[in-house]
Amino acid sequence: MSLELRGLSRRFDNAQALRDIALQVDGGEFVALLGPSGSGKTTLLRILAGLDFPDQGEVRIDGQDMAQVPARHRRIGFVFQHYALFRHMTVFENVAFGLRVRPRASRPPEAEIAARVRRLLERMQIAELERRLPEQISGGQRQRVALARALAIEPRLLLLDEPFGALDAEVRKGLRHWLRALHVELGLTSLFVTHDQDEAMELADRVAVMQAGRIVQFDTPARILDQPANGFVAGFIGQAQRFAGRLTSQELIFEGLPLAPLPRALLLGEAAAGAGQGPAEAFVRTHEWQATPGPGNAVLRSARAAGGRVQAVFAVGPALIEAEIPPGLLEPGETCQLDPLTARVFLADTPFATG
Amino acid sequence: MTPRPAIAEPRWARIVLCVLALVLLGLFLVLPLAAVFTEALRRGWGPVWQALSDPDAIAAIELTLLVAAIAVPVNTIGGVAGAWCIAKFDFPGRALLLALIELPFSVSPVISGLVWVLLFGAHGWFGPWLQAHDLQIVFALPGLVLATLFVTFPFVARTLIPLMQEQGRSAEEAAATLGASGWQTFFRVTLPEIRWALLSGVLLCNARAMGEFGAVSVVSGHVRGETNTMPLHIEILYNEYQFVGAFAVAALLALLALVTLAAKALLERGGPRGSLAA
Repeated sequence: MSLELRGLSRRFDNAQALRDIALQVDGGEFVALLGPSGSGKTTLLRILAGLDFPDQGEVRIDGQDMAQVPARHRRIGFVFQHYALFRHMTVFENVAFGLRVRPRASRPPEAEIAARVRRLLERMQIAELERRLPEQISGGQRQRVALARALAIEPRLLLLDEPFGALDAEVRKGLRHWLRALHVELGLTSLFVTHDQDEAMELADRVAVMQAGRIVQFDTPARILDQPANGFVAGFIGQAQRFAGRLTSQELIFEGLPLAPLPRALLLGEAAAGAGQGPAEAFVRTHEWQATPGPGNAVLRSARAAGGRVQAVFAVGPALIEAEIPPGLLEPGETCQLDPLTARVFLADTPFATG
Repeated sequence: MTPRPAIAEPRWARIVLCVLALVLLGLFLVLPLAAVFTEALRRGWGPVWQALSDPDAIAAIELTLLVAAIAVPVNTIGGVAGAWCIAKFDFPGRALLLALIELPFSVSPVISGLVWVLLFGAHGWFGPWLQAHDLQIVFALPGLVLATLFVTFPFVARTLIPLMQEQGRSAEEAAATLGASGWQTFFRVTLPEIRWALLSGVLLCNARAMGEFGAVSVVSGHVRGETNTMPLHIEILYNEYQFVGAFAVAALLALLALVTLAAKALLERGGPRGSLAA
């Protein structure tokens, strides 16, 4: 199975939901569509499923353009955010639905339907729920039923809309690993929508970061973290704080804050390597600071222990800066010299980069 | 000591409110109903039986059942279709359609009858054409059915729309991704999910179809034994001072309505919890 999107656009009454989307997913990949709400990720997923149709562009599945083919002819599994289970059917009947509605010629005999449903329920570890109604089982169990129902049609592609969005944190962690293992074991090609960067980074082989209807970067989690394509990605991914600055031929100057300029050699990002100059955005992550006790530009406001390190909040001029410091280094109220070790810079007029 | 509920009213206020509600209920609902039955049975079962076995009464009963038997299925199909359109699709004119569905609730039943006379009566828009083809609509069964259809149209749709809107479209979308056709989706997913509300709407529609007076009165022509439904028959008997006969037929009509309501109540109890949002 391979999936290729070309020049996909979708406009709603007063909003451009998708702009010129291009994406290539290989068979067996687990891909996350990551973005803030309103970035178009769910619209994109619905277009892939055939629940919505693009104004322009191609949706090629195994080389064949499916953009205008309705959902029921696509054989693409879809797990809805709130599962959308059939309320009046038992778990068993929910999972069997996709087999029962097949035209008579291709419908498996009843015994085979039952065997396949039971096999799936066992695989989902919910065999004992067969006779329950959706309202009689928990959220995590409902999600497994929804997944089993989608897998029953042996989909070419599995789509999941915020698969963990409606679950509490405890259940969510467990299901994540389980879903990842299932994806590998069944040899699925899957795309899922999420607004949770941890979820995307942890689960996906590649992550498509979306902003305002565009895919701004499509890359492995590691490369997105190391080399964000633009200021939006840098700000959205990782615990980075944004600063306004100016890039000169020599260094990055932080505007309006008593922070030392950073020499160009220490900067990250394409803008640092090029020769460009001018207004810029700079992103510094919490672990990319160095605090030196003594008189200086910063006062420690508060500190909170977090796994061997201390998450500290400093007042620097008019701004509050979050930084990690070693335990015992400073007490709240004490001053220090706070310096960035590095920063990712993007010139302010950088046009959208398309991953 | 039991904890005080957060919204507790003073005891006297609760008692006053309950008594008030019961008195009003008794005065305006139970008392008239009881009066109908007692008046009918004032001289025992004999005259009641006589009134009900009168050929004109039998014709009225048959006509009423026939009109309901046509109007209720038609409005069930129309109501489901209307509710489906409004709840599951966005289209221009959706708000207008919703308002139109409620129109029969807001116009006087007399007008609901009069429109058919204006359209199909001898001096109506289509009157000459109908006469030329020897078709009778007004003052005949088709007119009675049309008037009843118009008056009872909102019941099924209005019961279904809130429920279908609340349920949303995702179950139907899920069915589509699983390969179901439109019909399969409707009969296997949509219809079962609304079945209890649908039954309740159908029963309400039926109660009104049998009981409608105003609209039917305008298009009936009051031909005894031919175009008189039960409500019209009751009025004629009453105007002729045949009180026992009038109340006997009225009691039967009230009984039909009560049976319908009892069936509805039973179904609501039997249906799954929360399935009757309307």
